[in-house]
Amino acid sequence: MTTSTFVKLDGIAKRWNGQLGVEGITLDIPEGSFTALLGPSGCGKSTTLRLLAGLELPDEGQILIDGKDVTTSAASDRNLSMVFQSYALFPHLSVAENVMFGLKVRRVPKQERLEKLHRALEITGLLGYEGRKPGELSGGQRQRVALARAIVAGQRLCLMDEPLSNLDAKLRNAVRKDIKKLQRDLGITVVYVTHDQTEAMSMADTVVLMKDGHIQQVGSPEDLYSRPNNTFVAEFVGAPPMALIESTALEGFGDDKTVGIRAENIQIVPAGTGRMRCKVNESEFLGAETLIGLDHDGTSGLCVLQPGLSLMPEGDEVEINFDDGNLHVFDDAGKRLAG
Amino acid sequence: MSTHANLERRRQAIYGWLLLSPALVLLSAFAFYPSIATLWTSLFSRGTRRRPVEYVGFENYSDLFADPTFWLVVKNNLMYAGVTIPVSMGIALAMALWANGKIRARGFVRTAYFTPTVLPMIAAANLWLFFYTPGLGVLDQIGSVFGLPSVNWLGQPETALWAIIIVTIWKEAGFFMIFYLAALQTIPEELKEAADIEGASRWTYTRRIVLPLLMPTTLFIAVNALINSVKLIDHLFILTKGGPSDASKLLLYYIWEMAFAFFDAPSAAAMTVMVIVVLAIIAAIKFSYLDKRTHYQ
Repeated sequence: MTTSTFVKLDGIAKRWNGQLGVEGITLDIPEGSFTALLGPSGCGKSTTLRLLAGLELPDEGQILIDGKDVTTSAASDRNLSMVFQSYALFPHLSVAENVMFGLKVRRVPKQERLEKLHRALEITGLLGYEGRKPGELSGGQRQRVALARAIVAGQRLCLMDEPLSNLDAKLRNAVRKDIKKLQRDLGITVVYVTHDQTEAMSMADTVVLMKDGHIQQVGSPEDLYSRPNNTFVAEFVGAPPMALIESTALEGFGDDKTVGIRAENIQIVPAGTGRMRCKVNESEFLGAETLIGLDHDGTSGLCVLQPGLSLMPEGDEVEINFDDGNLHVFDDAGKRLAG
Repeated sequence: MSTHANLERRRQAIYGWLLLSPALVLLSAFAFYPSIATLWTSLFSRGTRRRPVEYVGFENYSDLFADPTFWLVVKNNLMYAGVTIPVSMGIALAMALWANGKIRARGFVRTAYFTPTVLPMIAAANLWLFFYTPGLGVLDQIGSVFGLPSVNWLGQPETALWAIIIVTIWKEAGFFMIFYLAALQTIPEELKEAADIEGASRWTYTRRIVLPLLMPTTLFIAVNALINSVKLIDHLFILTKGGPSDASKLLLYYIWEMAFAFFDAPSAAAMTVMVIVVLAIIAAIKFSYLDKRTHYQ
């Protein structure tokens, strides 16, 4: 994987009737990388992707792809492909015609077109379905047709807008691996929009977490998990998300800070030896472990994981302990303090 | 079979017939019976005081085939259909594509296009009568500005049918546009975006994606336009009454004349039967042949 910047967004802003779309998006995407734009709905991740695709034009800022300024270029001049959430397959055209649509438009000779079609269908496992219409395919197959259409032209940049959200959970896992493998094998740069953190964390080299049109943190999945920039990132990433404790509820942290701790770093200890005394408010058996939710003044999302089946009755009092080294400290604005 | 199952079956059958009966009664009284009666009438001679009605077989039909006016009317109607159907559909599609775009005052444009449809045909004909009037009419007024001579559009055989055709197109295009507009709005926005990214021009997108997806609508409109080209004659009564010298006479108007002006019911019946047969054949071809080549979502 090379590390030279392939896609560059510089100070991009897009507003609708004064309403916020995205603001101050600055991002460097290296060639051959897998970048996930992650965030809750309405955070501007799809808008960012559409700006990159050329389906919208930014009000401010600059977009460079492969060193070329494409800020105001038409979508077709940006040499990229896109997979839509709805797949956007042409319903009256067969699989083969759908996949070859772009090649035909770009007047690729017939022989070459058929070779590329064959290869794309081979990669996506769709050989034998050439003559089917999208309406005669399952959701997973349609999704693969959309993928085949995106890779057939051999563009180096592929944008994906929640491509898995219309699939059932089991299929989603399988396709996730397929997409990741495809991206590695073809060496293409993928920008992937999702609201599902499992997708982002498991597939991406770089995760861009967004909220309200602003980037909250850019980093590797490990970065986001173990060094969240702010309390939003801390509470968004991870399942269960990080618990936040007001510093007044703990000794030695002053009174205007927030302290974060992950469930796996909390231990239940015998009475009298713990740092906090909490009440059990829920017990959830997850299979390999049991999630126990805890209640304490000035905390939110506090919970602990116990191995195996170890349900605890609601209302029980337990004491918990944790190391200072596992704590994340945020200032009164929610920003991470050094450490 | 046990008695209760038998009873249940009979109950279902009665229920079914009850649901069916209103349509059955109405269609029988006002569609099936008149059609058969028409066919029957067309096989008998016209009764006069001296000669009673008698069975003549296909004599009414052969009389018609020997009638030069009949052939002129058929020619007129073919011309009328051949021009109004494609032109009004083409204009409807163009207007719909435009009114579906991201333009300003879209609501106004759509309403404006639809207005001719809302007007009763008689009112529309009166409006156009004013346009076409020699000397006073709008067309002549505009022509005189450019020094063109006055033309009696409705009063001369060369232009009368064309004047009628233009009124019909004006009346129908807006109506068909509404169907196209509705169909266009069912095409997802993403298809355009996907085509854009693939580098398809607006023309390619329209030709390869939009038009095929509009095929079911086109078929439906074509059948309607065909029926209208036979059915729509209200404006003839106001504008030309089929004249001058039958230049703008259409089949249904001729049928009406036969039956209620010349009181020749058998000839009118024979002509009606022929129109029904021709329309039925064309509709059958459309729905059997073209349907198979059309993509329905």
